[in-house]
Amino acid sequence: MNVEKKWSEMTWEEKRREKFNKWLTVPDIKFVSPEAEKLYMERVTRFARAFLLEKPDRVPCILPVSNFAAYYGSSDLRTVMYDYDELKRTWRKFLHEFGDSDMFFGPGMVPSGKMLEAVDYKLYKWPGHGISGDTTSYQCVEGEYMKANEYDALIKDPSNFWLRTYLPRVFGAFEALRNIPPFTTIEEIAIMSFVAYGRPDVRAALEALLEAGKESVKWMMAVMEVSQEATRMGFPAIMGGLSKAPFDTLGDTLRGTQGVMMDMFQRPEKLHQAMEKIASLTIDSTLASIGDSGVPLIMMPLHKGADGFMSTKQYETFYWPTFKKVIMAFVNEGIMPVLFAEGSYNTRLDIISELPRGSVTWWFDQTDMAKAKKILGDKACLVGNVPTSLLMTGTPQEVKEHCRNLIEICAPGGGYILSGGANIDKGDPDNLRAMMEAVKEYGVY
Amino acid sequence: MSGDLPTLLADLKDKEVLELVKKKLDSGEDPMKILEEGRKGMEVVGQRFASSEYFLPELVFSGELLKQVTDMVKPHLTETAETKKLGKVVIGTVAGDIHDIGLNIVDFMLDVNGFAVTNLGVDVPKEKFVQALNDTGAPILGLSGFLTPAFDAMKETVAAVEAAGVRDKIKIMIGGGQMNDEVKKYVKADAYGKNAMEAVALAKEWTGVK
Repeated sequence: MNVEKKWSEMTWEEKRREKFNKWLTVPDIKFVSPEAEKLYMERVTRFARAFLLEKPDRVPCILPVSNFAAYYGSSDLRTVMYDYDELKRTWRKFLHEFGDSDMFFGPGMVPSGKMLEAVDYKLYKWPGHGISGDTTSYQCVEGEYMKANEYDALIKDPSNFWLRTYLPRVFGAFEALRNIPPFTTIEEIAIMSFVAYGRPDVRAALEALLEAGKESVKWMMAVMEVSQEATRMGFPAIMGGLSKAPFDTLGDTLRGTQGVMMDMFQRPEKLHQAMEKIASLTIDSTLASIGDSGVPLIMMPLHKGADGFMSTKQYETFYWPTFKKVIMAFVNEGIMPVLFAEGSYNTRLDIISELPRGSVTWWFDQTDMAKAKKILGDKACLVGNVPTSLLMTGTPQEVKEHCRNLIEICAPGGGYILSGGANIDKGDPDNLRAMMEAVKEYGVY
Repeated sequence: MSGDLPTLLADLKDKEVLELVKKKLDSGEDPMKILEEGRKGMEVVGQRFASSEYFLPELVFSGELLKQVTDMVKPHLTETAETKKLGKVVIGTVAGDIHDIGLNIVDFMLDVNGFAVTNLGVDVPKEKFVQALNDTGAPILGLSGFLTPAFDAMKETVAAVEAAGVRDKIKIMIGGGQMNDEVKKYVKADAYGKNAMEAVALAKEWTGVK
């Protein structure tokens, strides 16, 4: 019996079934009550059916919250990024007080401010660190972190490029890593191999690394405590990992929007080669990170392929090929990619409909859901898309009415999950409760 | 030479553009005329963007190309001529938000459509918007924002314009990421623009340009 071989011989549908069956098995944890266990199984089943394009008992709802719990608990993002007790307190308060919901987002997307400071991260600004302390989100600082003439270095040896060029640019504390020779130079009797590690600046960089590691573990304990409590109370997690499209990786955090768009004209071949390289790195690192989480879903936030960012032809030439490659690599491992298209994707619907039926889920922000249902409805589960503006400035009645309309358009036939177009950090919790009311009242199959 | 400067620029023929500019400068052509032709080329780029023939990559590329042309021409300029502008507009991304892709598209499109744009950049405090309106005398303010925290920052910025006593003289438009008409009402702006073309249409309407 060779299990390994059996897996490699399975079709993606068989692998998918096995992964989902595992997700649908009662987890080996102690639920707070038999009722919690029953609810957990009901909820997971509800989501699994919707993701698999089937009809669940009713439309499931993903609450569109990111840092909402911090503000619900009368704290703020700045505080909970630094104070893990506050992080736990606020998220637990939301968990215990909100009421019925189909799932729960743990605080895993709130990074540790202490960890980020230990390594002097420059790629992001966060409240009190580059942007005003009362800002409710952290934000990426776009820049040219990889120069136009560095494509060859990236393509030839990405690890070395990351270690000695990219990391020193985005982490102030890693400036000195430029002085470390490539690890591939360590061989034979290793007489000179470690001299660089005697340099005070290199030692300081490595100490920063250790400090960041120590903080990360403290932070992770807090996050896991809350997430596990949520599971024990019967609320499933619905994201097993995060990933990105290769064009976005290059455009967001390496070349920047300006840079990547110049490259489309000036060095398209290099851009394609780099995206191929990044695609294989992304596939490997994402599959490794999802590991044993047991949740067979990978969320992919999408940025620079949205309507208006590029033409359909440019999307087909530059964005889609490596994006599709990454998607299909996950699909072929039985994982379902949940593709979160920020902005709108109205002009992309025909192209993306070429993916195999049931292989992916599309989460839309501002895409026309009627059009999406028409083109993709029998091919992919759809998620979305109550506007954040309505959730933050509207009344519960208005939210509920909007949800009713969305359910009428998207729910028929199954394969629909109600959620926000994007997530909110602040606002009236009754507007979120209105979403739950709507799925119970209008979303029963 | 295959084509005139505005056409070559609008068609993004970078090598030909730079060669032609060099030739024109070498033959002693009026540098102001070259810049004017560059402006005309960019106007066409703007039209093609408005009609969805061009997208962000073409704006970025043509912008870089024009920069190179301007850099070549600059040393030959003896005077700085003021081109007549349709009107002044102050724009910026509101406090707590550091996104500027949309902001820069609006800047580009207002500029090629003849407006004098004061772009304050990102994470702009409300006081700085008020100051810029005072300094420039611009009758139009464009507020950009990508994320939901921008809702309140926009509201506070509009309130600051009000508190400065100039609200009735200023038309305010908002746009970007999560913005829409609901947010427009919430922040008490005069209009929401879905894209850069709508920003131009609003600016023209408000300045009485046909």
